Amino acid sequence: MTLVLNEEQRLLKDTAKDFLNRIMPVSALRQLRDQKDSLGYKREHWQQMTDLGWASMVLPEAYDGLDFGYLGLGAVIEESGRTLAASPLFSTVVLCSTILIDGGDEEQKSALLPRIAAGELSLALALEEKPHHQPNAFTTTATTGDGGYVINGKKLFVLDGHSADQLIVATSLASGVGLFIIDANTPGIVRRRHHLIDSRNAASIEFNQVKVSQSALISSPEQGQDILNKALDYGRICLAAEMLGSATECFERTVAYLKERDQFGVKIGSFQALQHRAAKMYIELELSKSVVLDALSAIDDKRADLPQLASLAKARLNDVFELVSNEAVQMHGGIGVTDELDIGFFLKRSRVASQILGNSSFHRDRYASLCGY
Amino acid sequence: MSDLDQFRQTVSAWLEENCPPSQRTPITREEQVWAGKNKAFPSSDAKLWFERMRDKGWTVPEWPLELGGGGLDERQAKILKDEMKRLGCRTPLFDLGIWMLGPAVLEFGNDQQKQQHIPAIARGDVRWCQGYSEPGAGSDLASLQTRAEDKGDHFLVNGTKIWTTNADKADWIFCLVRTDPNAKKQEGISFLLIDMDDPGVSTTPIELISGESEFCQTFFDNVKVPKTNLVGELNKGWSVAKALLKHERKLMAEIGGDTPGPSFSPVQAALEYVGVDDNGKLKDVGLRDQLVRHEMAFRAIGLTHFRSFEERMNGVADNNVPLIMKYVGTEESKRKEEVLMAVLGHRALGWNDSEFNDDELLTNRGWLFSKALSIAGGTSEVQLNIIAKRVLGLPD
Repeated sequence: MTLVLNEEQRLLKDTAKDFLNRIMPVSALRQLRDQKDSLGYKREHWQQMTDLGWASMVLPEAYDGLDFGYLGLGAVIEESGRTLAASPLFSTVVLCSTILIDGGDEEQKSALLPRIAAGELSLALALEEKPHHQPNAFTTTATTGDGGYVINGKKLFVLDGHSADQLIVATSLASGVGLFIIDANTPGIVRRRHHLIDSRNAASIEFNQVKVSQSALISSPEQGQDILNKALDYGRICLAAEMLGSATECFERTVAYLKERDQFGVKIGSFQALQHRAAKMYIELELSKSVVLDALSAIDDKRADLPQLASLAKARLNDVFELVSNEAVQMHGGIGVTDELDIGFFLKRSRVASQILGNSSFHRDRYASLCGY
Repeated sequence: MSDLDQFRQTVSAWLEENCPPSQRTPITREEQVWAGKNKAFPSSDAKLWFERMRDKGWTVPEWPLELGGGGLDERQAKILKDEMKRLGCRTPLFDLGIWMLGPAVLEFGNDQQKQQHIPAIARGDVRWCQGYSEPGAGSDLASLQTRAEDKGDHFLVNGTKIWTTNADKADWIFCLVRTDPNAKKQEGISFLLIDMDDPGVSTTPIELISGESEFCQTFFDNVKVPKTNLVGELNKGWSVAKALLKHERKLMAEIGGDTPGPSFSPVQAALEYVGVDDNGKLKDVGLRDQLVRHEMAFRAIGLTHFRSFEERMNGVADNNVPLIMKYVGTEESKRKEEVLMAVLGHRALGWNDSEFNDDELLTNRGWLFSKALSIAGGTSEVQLNIIAKRVLGLPD
């Protein structure tokens, strides 16, 4: 268990911060939104991120990865949360690569992982079917036929689903959970991009009699749920890291405003009603930092309490980011509800991020069950 | 094997060999061994365990060897603490001298004061109490009025202190007194050690909502105190007090510890008093949610203690983190007690009634006791002021 970044990881974080501030500040997301960009992120940005090694950071060396670990990747993702940077990093690398590394056969891994590491391939995980996160009991089905499988069903809230080259689909099979890797342009797949409040990327995807070969199945249906659960926990933890970055940035901007805004002839930061609320947010963020670091190191150390840590981190960051973004708007006063100020982007992102891979009540329920009550 | 791993092994082996089995069960309040001229031991094992730890200097592991301490560095001391916790070894000696006064004398005292007080504290020969607050000086501590007049060869002390924990049982008291009534608030205060046996010192216990009366009011009526009992410079007592307050807050931030209370954890209590359904979930969903919120916060706090420690050890300490721990630790302790009360239902409500078992009776005592945690040693509101001003740099 390590709760301190080593020098290499700190350097990586600083580099990420510098790059993101220069190339992908919040104004970059605003621009994508205002220009109604069809991709929802900039290819050249993704290429630059890949050049910095972010796509390959947690991939095994055997597949052109850097095998640098999640404390490092988490530090980068946290920084990306500060500028609300849009990219396929989370869905491609954290969610889908984890499933491939864990469950993929040699052929699948050598065909896909090196291309992911090079930034040539983006993937999306087609998981949700209901208004709330549900990682099991899928209504999307796969049945055997024609020497392969036929997939039917509809997936919602698929992150980066509209732009991904390949999809991993979670389905119910007779003998368990079938995870299939499919080309996104396979006949029978209908993708519709969602436009969400956070201006980031998601889609709904229909599967109408989609025929896939035997080799599209990842691992076996008996293993499917476990492989999926692990990837989802990695996802929850990395998303918590992103939310920590976003919430911290949102908080720092708010504290700066408290020191700058005059009312009644004084800085509004001199009012105790605001000071105590700011202090409480600071406390929540410090606790969050510890939880996120421990959760990331639980991935690197392959610890048995990883699922607990994932739920601890996700529930906490859902709540803290919600608190901080609400307070940020309130403490900015009138300007806080204008589109001109960036704070609104943080507020909107917080609610979307909360719904990804489980809201707080989902994770508190899960944490309690994992702890035996 | 690293030196520290080696050390851990040695410590663990020593504890296994030297800590009697009876001293490896959860401690009750009656079983605590408090320092003092008239030390009382609840059992011969408790005495043996205390003496063995004292002879190692491990009643005060981080103090210098030559002054009766264990001479350990912070990492080694943490290993000792961890191993004692893992093996369930009881704290062998309790005293405010260990937790608060000792570190201040080591930092601010002169050689004569160190020689006089530090080994005595390490050996548990003297019980200390603290004289800070006054009836008119609580959160606004610097407005204290207890006077120490310079009478040439001694100070003449007059005034009263309140919330002096266990003053009726203590041998000595460390006090903040006003030595310059004309100076601005903080600037006329000195740090003085007073023998409780001196003529003119008296105490009255204060009964609390928990039914206990460990706090006292202490009175000083023309008490003559030798000038050699002044710690630090004259009129510079505030800086000694501030350093000491850090130790107190750190202590209070460590949730649980040896604070008396029921023997069950909130989760254990919930399984027993609420019960689970066919899915293994607590039957009361509202209580389950309260409980899990506490458990998750508690874990986050524990991880933050650990992160802060790791940062110090790696030379990348964020000095602001310790400032938040008093607030979160005490607030979460209070929440824990509320959860326990809710979990036990009306079984938590008994008062001196044999209908209820000890754990049930201790639950409401612990709950009532916990209310003082966010008041003593700097209220939660004062802590938030400090964070807002010192950490966040918000204006006055």
